[in-house]
Amino acid sequence: MFSNGVLVYSEYDEGAIHPVAFELLGKSREIADRLGVEVWGVIVGYRIGDDKARELIYYGADRVFIYDHPRLEYFDPVLYRDVLVDLVERVNPSVFLFGATPLGRSLAPRVAAAIGAGLTADCIDIQVDENGDIIQVRPAFTGNILAYIKTTSRPVMSTVRYRVMKMPNRDTSRVGEIIRLAYSLGRDSGIRVLGRISRRSVDLGRADIVVAGGRGFRKKEDLKMLEDLANLLGGVVGVSRPLVDEGWMPRERQVGFSGNTVKPRLYMAFGISGSPQHIAGMRGSEVVVAVNIDPSAPIFKIADYGIIGDLYEVIPKLIEELNRIKRG
Amino acid sequence: MSFHTIVLVKHVPDIEKVRFDVETGRIDRSSAPGEINPFDLNAVEVAVRLKEKLGGMVTALCMGPPQAESSLRDAIARGVDRAVLLTDSRFAGADTLATSYTLASAIRKIGRFNLVVCGEKTVDGDTGQVGPEVAEHLGIPHVAYVCEVREVYDNRLVVVSDMGDKFLVEVMLPALITVTRDVCSPRLPTLRDILRARRSRIEVWDADALSGFIDISRIGLKGSRTNVFRIVIPSEYHRRGVILRGSDSVSKLVEALRMEGLI
Ligand SMILES: Cc1cc2nc3c(=O)[nH]c(=O)nc-3n(C[C@H](O)[C@H](O)[C@H](O)COP(=O)(O)OP(=O)(O)OC[C@H]3O[C@@H](n4cnc5c(N)ncnc54)[C@H](O)[C@@H]3O)c2cc1C
Ligand SMILES: Nc1ncnc2c1ncn2[C@@H]1O[C@H](COP(=O)(O)O)[C@@H](O)[C@H]1O
Repeated sequence: MFSNGVLVYSEYDEGAIHPVAFELLGKSREIADRLGVEVWGVIVGYRIGDDKARELIYYGADRVFIYDHPRLEYFDPVLYRDVLVDLVERVNPSVFLFGATPLGRSLAPRVAAAIGAGLTADCIDIQVDENGDIIQVRPAFTGNILAYIKTTSRPVMSTVRYRVMKMPNRDTSRVGEIIRLAYSLGRDSGIRVLGRISRRSVDLGRADIVVAGGRGFRKKEDLKMLEDLANLLGGVVGVSRPLVDEGWMPRERQVGFSGNTVKPRLYMAFGISGSPQHIAGMRGSEVVVAVNIDPSAPIFKIADYGIIGDLYEVIPKLIEELNRIKRG
Repeated sequence: MSFHTIVLVKHVPDIEKVRFDVETGRIDRSSAPGEINPFDLNAVEVAVRLKEKLGGMVTALCMGPPQAESSLRDAIARGVDRAVLLTDSRFAGADTLATSYTLASAIRKIGRFNLVVCGEKTVDGDTGQVGPEVAEHLGIPHVAYVCEVREVYDNRLVVVSDMGDKFLVEVMLPALITVTRDVCSPRLPTLRDILRARRSRIEVWDADALSGFIDISRIGLKGSRTNVFRIVIPSEYHRRGVILRGSDSVSKLVEALRMEGLI
């Protein structure tokens, strides 16, 4: 049978493929063309239509493997590992990529340990060097360093951060093969998903504009101005960790190492000092604006535009200016 | 039968203090004192609360240099009963595959346990992989990103797993969980606890102590399958660095953002 393809785990939940899979297919296409091999996708779940597999093909896959079973409806790292190990044994991929989503970061290490493979976490770049070796680039030490890593086992396995690879074009003229694989899920995995109990209400990772507040805010009520500003800009509100610890905002609003990694076109930081843990989550922002009364605040070192001033004066003025522009 | 939890803790440099050499790409570990990985404090707290609820005991396990003893003493001060330090130059240079294999081998030697608890990730390695890999080596189920432990029985747990959306998951024991910061707030040890911990015994095991449980070719640098061949320390960012002050700074900012096409 065929082998050596670049395989992309395509996270599937509630009838939708996670978009990081499309980004990875784009990257895989580049890698595969360099190596002269195919691009493959794999979808694990329940009631997966061919239309979903075709999407992967439109974004660059040559073949799509599907494991479809009622017991695979919810993520179970043990059963999902079983089918992915089965696939690796059947098709012998040269590279196996996962999105660095919570699911990917829970599943990929199980598969890697099962097959004795190295695994590189949370990559922000993947390159092919002149020898055809895969080079994985990832931040470590809370984002203070970038490590360049080669893997000596096969397949080369990594989880890759969402929204760092370019989204490829969706080309509906592309054709490929859809292969449904049967696998007899044996034993009880010991895991039972009793249900989805809440949905995330905001995904900072996908926001184009993030308006963030830190300990420069004196009380919870004052965050209202931040919300007003975010609404005017069409952005979403984020916060530094102390505000989450205070209970002023839920964790899903936190930017940073122990919160969300954001990559907006515009990041505005009000009353945030710029600790390494905070920067780790927003370093990839395109344009950074910082407002702080302390001229020596480290956030200014990574700002495109900094205002040395009091956020309690700056934000109302900003709102006023933006309103004026809106009125024309 | 008493409930035995094993908590995995790593000794890491204080990330606020550690220095990086931009020129050579070196991490100067001696520049910063070591401490218990902040995320592992939540793992310790979960384990100790389980003991307080169910009885039984908690063992902390750490692989690291001899100085890592101080992190284990910290764990003891916070309620851990037994501490094991895996230290041997043959363990050094391990990636997550070799680390998790070594930890799993030590867990096998420790023997009977109901639950293994890990932190979400470390501040230096920052992979979050070691937990699930340990579970795989041990052949037990795992649940990652546990933000709440709802129900505890001697043969199973019901937990909430934060995967973006939150899921209620029941897992049969023995199992491994990795916990997020939301799962509980770590307690502060009292002075008395700290003094007691200072006198406590730390068991130190080298690779030979694991003989019968470990295949030496799978540990340390030799057992690793990923190889860091270059480290880059971003020294400066490609930022415009425009600093505005004074009364017209807001209008200048708005003007600049308009030029950038952002508003
Ligand atoms: C393991 C670990 C993980 C962490 N993860 C995260 C994380 O994910 N995200 C995160 O944010 N932090 C994280 N932290 C915490 C981090 O170390 C800092 O404590 C935190 O980022 C500081 O938040 P801050 O900048 O809002 O507060 P501060 O550092 O207190 O800064 C407040 C700033 O506001 C300015 N200011 C005050 N008043 C005004 C005013 N009126 N107008 C304008 N400016 C004003 C001050 O000059 C100061 O610079 C983590 C820490 C650890 C140990
Ligand atoms: N050397 C180690 N010794 C003990 N536990 C570890 C070690 N490395 C990682 N862990 C555990 O695995 C978790 C995830 O670590 P990491 O995969 O390095 O991000 C940590 O929070 C610890 O609970």
